[in-house]
Amino acid sequence: MSSEARTMTFSEVPKGRLIIWLVVAGEMVIFGGGIVAYLLYRLNHIEIFDYLARFTSTWMGALNTVVLLTSSFFIVKAHDYAARKELKKMRNAMFVTIGLGGVFLVVKTIEWVPKIKAGLGLNDGSAFWGKVSAAPGHTFWLSYFFLTGMHGAHVILGMITIFIVWLSVRKGQNLHRVEMAGIYWHFVDLVWIFLFPLFYLSR
Amino acid sequence: MSAAAHGHHDLGFFKKYMFSTDHKVIGMQYLITGIIMAFLGGYLAVKFRSQLAFPELALLSGSEYNSSVTMHGLIMVFWVAMPILVAAFGNFLIPTMIGCDDMAYPTLNMISYWLFLVSAFVAIASLLIGGYGGAWTLYPPLSANMAEASGGGAYVIGKVPGLFSGGSLIITAVALEIIAFLIGGLNFLVTTINMRAPGMSIWDLPFVVWMIDLAVVVFMFSVGPLVAGAIMLLFDRTLGTGFFDPNRGGDPILFQHLFWFFGHPEVYVVLFPSMGFVGEAITTFSRKPLFGFKKVIWAAIVASILSFIVWAHHQFIAGIDPHAAVFFTIFTVLISVPFAAMMFSFIATLWKGSIELTSAMLWALGFIITFLFGGVTGIYLGTLTSDVVFHDTYFVVAHFHYTFVPITIFGGMTAIYFWFPKFVGKNFSEFWGKVHFWISFISFNAIFLPMFIPGTAGQHRRIAGYTEATFPAMAVEPYATIRIISTVAFWVLFIAQVIWIIHMIVKFYTGEKAVKNPWKANTLEWTCDSPPPHGNFATYPTVYRGPYEYSVPSRDSDYWPQDEKG
Repeated sequence: MSSEARTMTFSEVPKGRLIIWLVVAGEMVIFGGGIVAYLLYRLNHIEIFDYLARFTSTWMGALNTVVLLTSSFFIVKAHDYAARKELKKMRNAMFVTIGLGGVFLVVKTIEWVPKIKAGLGLNDGSAFWGKVSAAPGHTFWLSYFFLTGMHGAHVILGMITIFIVWLSVRKGQNLHRVEMAGIYWHFVDLVWIFLFPLFYLSR
Repeated sequence: MSAAAHGHHDLGFFKKYMFSTDHKVIGMQYLITGIIMAFLGGYLAVKFRSQLAFPELALLSGSEYNSSVTMHGLIMVFWVAMPILVAAFGNFLIPTMIGCDDMAYPTLNMISYWLFLVSAFVAIASLLIGGYGGAWTLYPPLSANMAEASGGGAYVIGKVPGLFSGGSLIITAVALEIIAFLIGGLNFLVTTINMRAPGMSIWDLPFVVWMIDLAVVVFMFSVGPLVAGAIMLLFDRTLGTGFFDPNRGGDPILFQHLFWFFGHPEVYVVLFPSMGFVGEAITTFSRKPLFGFKKVIWAAIVASILSFIVWAHHQFIAGIDPHAAVFFTIFTVLISVPFAAMMFSFIATLWKGSIELTSAMLWALGFIITFLFGGVTGIYLGTLTSDVVFHDTYFVVAHFHYTFVPITIFGGMTAIYFWFPKFVGKNFSEFWGKVHFWISFISFNAIFLPMFIPGTAGQHRRIAGYTEATFPAMAVEPYATIRIISTVAFWVLFIAQVIWIIHMIVKFYTGEKAVKNPWKANTLEWTCDSPPPHGNFATYPTVYRGPYEYSVPSRDSDYWPQDEKG
């Protein structure tokens, strides 16, 4: 080996950006496990799952997709405003993002409540869909609650994160943190882009 | 550890030793917690080994036996191997070996340890209320919808066990532990990528840093499905959801996939750091560069990739598709190639070196010999045809312990003896180190080498007692004597560890102060004081060469520190 000093490092990447991408990578594998579990259940009972998927509300799912995509647009705007140091606009854009996250959760609650009341996933749920034998379809609703619930928990976490970042950047310090919050929010958005077709469109 | 030396104000006791953000204190916290849990896991093994040797005494009931075996496995893997090999030495070594003052995120590092400690307490709580007795792999339906009746009763089928049962608590503890290590691991990666000393390219990183980081990467990309699976299992146990209940469309085999997708890479998560320690000790005490340094790292990278497509060799008799089983057999046998390459590199490093048989070196050589047994017997279990025969026998038990004990005890002890002077700052007694090694090495082999014999005869690993009345075919000689030999040897092994811990504690208080570089090694941590002060380095080093420039012919001294100019 030669003895002169070498300077090959990756240090140009800020450590915040690095760790947030690593967090996203780790989270992807966690959601990946859940999604693969759902797909395996579905492959075991294709017809029943196709039938049950009709009982999820496509228009509410579509509405939520639009809401999340719009919120992602606003966090990008916030990042843009942060780069141009337009603090007031940046703060507002972040609040709109949090607000749209809240809208997402409200729609999700409206969607969930009747299903939980019917006992889907826990008992046979025949009050809800009637005709089909309950047993194999059970896992459709379990996966539905599990994956959309886990995603919902990440939406809440993302909203809290953006709020904490809002607190630390509102006076114009640490503006790079907006980008980190944005990367995480995009990830939450992306997970939904996978869940939406899996539960609401494929039937 | 003098905080003042680096211009920091003096911190109170709690700030300095309890809620510390200093990587060395956190490493020591991980190490001590791991050692305490190791004695707990060892104590459980004392219990069930005694039962196995003398079944007619009926020291344990059936469910107590199941619970001790299960908890022994879970504790040793999640609360001993992981914290000692990955977290403790990752914390000690990464910042000091790459020449920086601390981790990239010190507070996150502290949170990682405290979350880990909480998980350890939850695991102990589970043990105190009877533990969980369905084997450490947590397979449903035993783990999902059967409540363990406390006090030695049978399982109650179809009952939702609820959160405050041994099984639910241990699953919660595993999930917390995983999150703790994810947080800690992210920190390791960011630190290594971002905070290296000027001049340190990735090929100047010491072997052990490479190995710990690879372990973190493998962990990060394999553990996700188990997190999902653990949450699903917890819902099954607390809400009665039935993700894994076949009566309601659930799939118990699915959990096996989620578990082993993590479970097999996990073997390499603990193996990599251990190989790193052994590699460091062997190259230092042979006074030779690590043979094929870059190639060995590439071999490890190949092994990490392959580690993701071997998991189903744990499920050959669980009813998976035979075509899939052939696929997994091929890749399982294939993964032994990069590991064989790494072992040959260690042996080639020894070749014509000036070998010093220090305690650390003895443990490293012990690792090579014993792990070889584990690796070779693994071929039989990774191959579909022979696994059908050996599955669930003591052959598996012996094979498993010929991998995990070398990894955790031999590799861990290599690291502890090698870096004790650096991170404790005191010299230990080579004599007692060697006594510890020889007693442990002989007794370890006396436990597990004979175990292959009843294993091939079909002695099943879940049976609490082979008595004349219950299993006449296995209660005969030589199997009964072999069980007694294993048990007595285990008692010796356990006592040897008590001698070791007394030796370490005595030297912590009375040992003479260690010099900066007792082994004349090249890597950056040996340029710090022993123990390194807060902030590690008086002046931050610049790196001029790779970590293994030993016995360079043009030089008078046989080592060439990485930060030495010229």
